Amino acid sequence: MKTKPFAITLDPGSSLANRTGSWRTVRPEYIDRLPPCNHACPAGENIQGWLFHAESGHYEEAWRVLTQDNPLPAVMGRVCYHPCETACNRAQLDESVGINAIERFIGDEALRCRWKFAPPLSATGKRVLIVGAGPSGLSAAYQLARLGHAVAIREAGPAPGGMMRFGIPKYRLPRAVLDAEIQRILDLGVALELDSRVANVLDAMRRGGFDAVFLAVGAHIAKRAYIPAGSASKMLDAISVLRSMEGGERPLLGRRVVVYGGGNTAFDMARTAKRLGAEESIIIYRRTREKMPAHESELEEALQEGVLVKWLSTIRQAGESSITVEKMQLDARGNAQPTGEFETLEADSVVLALGQDVDLSLLDGVPGLEVQDGVAKVGLDMMTGHPGIFAGGDMIRGERTVTVGIGHGKLAARNIDAWLRGATWVHPASHEFASFDKLNTWYYSDAPKSRQPVLDTIRRQSTFEEVVGSFDEFTAQFEARRCLSCGNCFECDNCYGVCPDNAVIKLGPGQRYEFNYDYCKGCGLCVAECPCGAIRTVPEEI
Amino acid sequence: MTYQPIRFYQTGTFTVGNRLLPDDQRSVQANMRRTNSLNSGHRACQGCGEALGARYAIDAAMEATNRQLVAANATGCLEVFSTPYPETSWQIPWIHSLFGNAAAVATGIAAAMRVKGRDDVRVVAQGGDGGTNDIGFGCLSGMFERNDDVLYICYDNEGYMNTGVQRSSATPPAARTNTTMPLGESAGNRFGQGKYLPAIAMAHDIPYVATATVAELHDLEAKVRRAMEFRGARYIHILVPCPLGWGHGSAETIKIARLAKETGLFPVLEAEGGKLTNVSKIKKKLPVEEYLRPQQRFAHLFRDPPRRDVIDRIQQMADRNILRYRLLEDVERRA
Repeated sequence: MKTKPFAITLDPGSSLANRTGSWRTVRPEYIDRLPPCNHACPAGENIQGWLFHAESGHYEEAWRVLTQDNPLPAVMGRVCYHPCETACNRAQLDESVGINAIERFIGDEALRCRWKFAPPLSATGKRVLIVGAGPSGLSAAYQLARLGHAVAIREAGPAPGGMMRFGIPKYRLPRAVLDAEIQRILDLGVALELDSRVANVLDAMRRGGFDAVFLAVGAHIAKRAYIPAGSASKMLDAISVLRSMEGGERPLLGRRVVVYGGGNTAFDMARTAKRLGAEESIIIYRRTREKMPAHESELEEALQEGVLVKWLSTIRQAGESSITVEKMQLDARGNAQPTGEFETLEADSVVLALGQDVDLSLLDGVPGLEVQDGVAKVGLDMMTGHPGIFAGGDMIRGERTVTVGIGHGKLAARNIDAWLRGATWVHPASHEFASFDKLNTWYYSDAPKSRQPVLDTIRRQSTFEEVVGSFDEFTAQFEARRCLSCGNCFECDNCYGVCPDNAVIKLGPGQRYEFNYDYCKGCGLCVAECPCGAIRTVPEEI
Repeated sequence: MTYQPIRFYQTGTFTVGNRLLPDDQRSVQANMRRTNSLNSGHRACQGCGEALGARYAIDAAMEATNRQLVAANATGCLEVFSTPYPETSWQIPWIHSLFGNAAAVATGIAAAMRVKGRDDVRVVAQGGDGGTNDIGFGCLSGMFERNDDVLYICYDNEGYMNTGVQRSSATPPAARTNTTMPLGESAGNRFGQGKYLPAIAMAHDIPYVATATVAELHDLEAKVRRAMEFRGARYIHILVPCPLGWGHGSAETIKIARLAKETGLFPVLEAEGGKLTNVSKIKKKLPVEEYLRPQQRFAHLFRDPPRRDVIDRIQQMADRNILRYRLLEDVERRA
């Protein structure tokens, strides 16, 4: 026996022999929660996922993650009304993260560097017809082509893009950006036929030997309102005027233009009229600012450019160079009611922007296919009542934006792919929601939101140059780093640091952490001090 | 300023680590190969602030001294929970002698190292507020006065916790302990003159004095690193909340420490050669009530009717700290 000092009978031991994990009544667990931005995105983008790469300056990786869900980031970064930013938790701290502007930077970076989509690994031998080359059709074509299906798009118009080209003005979406992003989808081997109207779906499917079809014809027929009008009055509809902006000849609207309606199209129309030389561009809308369907940013930008808005007003009569407007008031239920008060406004032309209907004639005689409220009816799987015919975008029920259309295209593609394989696509289970109260915001330093540069007002009133400018790389990265990473570990080492018992094991970069339950006493410090709410406590079975 | 926050990174550098920061700006605690000086299996309570503070400080000291460190420990929680015979949680050379002589033992080790010509080996003495403010005060003052080459670290949990929560001279006014029960007119610990040891240490004009809390790791590590750049007597006073003695949730240890600083009750500062050189500004000033209310030891102040007079007196203490140490940005501007 080894000699020990006086009065010592045991060899020195390590406290590791004392498994303090047995003290625990609750245990911490790492989880991933669903961040509000991802939750709100109509295109189902993994926003936080691509911001993570952008924070590190890895823009190509960010772009690859982004384009898993949306093939048009440079377009989206310009025209999306960004519900993600409305939902952003950071808005409760200072201001939301400028997701839209970062998306635009990444999209532009991809175009500048000419990054290409990875081609499919193998062909499935299945053929899918897509009717309409708008956002929804292009999105579905992209997703299906990446899954190895042969895709053909038939477009009735002279150029692809749908409302992105024929509805959204150039000052919001330069056509070079649109063309380049569409071309990248076509480079995947998608066949595009222009000026090719599909009159009968079943016929087209049979003759082309297609296994499935995705309908995304959009909503192009302007709604009319009955307005008594003199023979000399000039009445136009906004959809036709905006479409004609793509042609060589500019529409003649006169010096005083009145736009009737309160949607995004009405604002695009009024701003276009201003640029075409109208001295006065006035929007007449029968309800209030709070009730208008147009997005607030459209209104703000229109007002900056000198567009005038008359709320609570309807057009009762249109004459040669003037219109009669009746004032409205809201009743108890919030509906606009006439007051009997009239006024006369000078107007060289009246442009109607009262919404659009869908031309559903191509669906005539398709067995099983149902039409409801002027739109095609689809199930949760985006399939119409006729097997193999799917539909999306503006021609089905839902909000009519580019982003929603892209989301429909992706969802339809996944279901079409499953259907072609004789399977059913099941939406993966969502994580629990990462609400603001799950965060420990003490750890986030103050950082004001970055602003995009804006064109001079004078040039906004006379040219079709793009109004909103891009971020430079520094600003884009700064803005990306404002992301709080709600609900998902971003490896800040806080849990690893704050554990008084060294019971958190750091697994290394990109590998996150593990709990050592042999020693974790269940104090909950890691849960309380996790900035982003990626740890939860669960009761221990005792 | 010893520590400059970097504002461009997702969470600044307030978090323990940050994947976007270069290695030299990350904390010692973020390192996968940190010493873990105080290892798992120790018998400290759930959420112990002292266990956390001790690992933070000693790991940083190990890093700063190239792992050539000896520690002398006073009696107290830290000693009892880390070394029940024959086990130890310490992964450094460590010695415990008596309650009151940690500073003297450390002085002896430093002298021995000097005799052996080992100027690479550095010495740390550590203890709780009982071993520092009360029982070991004479030895500590002597160590300061002789300017012995020792870094003394006090983990202040404001009472004798391991013997069952008794009052020490660091226990704040009105706090309930088992020797200052919340009975009668002056319920809890009485309002004395206080015994603010960092100021006493500064009065010795020793090379370096600093205070820190377990809520700000980067600041704490920077101060340990700075302390190791000096030879002679140095003193760091770390506020370590005690879930058991203070009566707060085990998950709230760091939050409480943060509130102590943000209310102004615990000034976080640095002094060199007896002169105040740096204070951590309050990020967002909070009333002391925010700090007092979550702690059971102050629960008697919030019964019906609440003791507004006592809360106001504690607020005055915080306000005096804020003025004296210029803890708010605008105070400095006005001055």
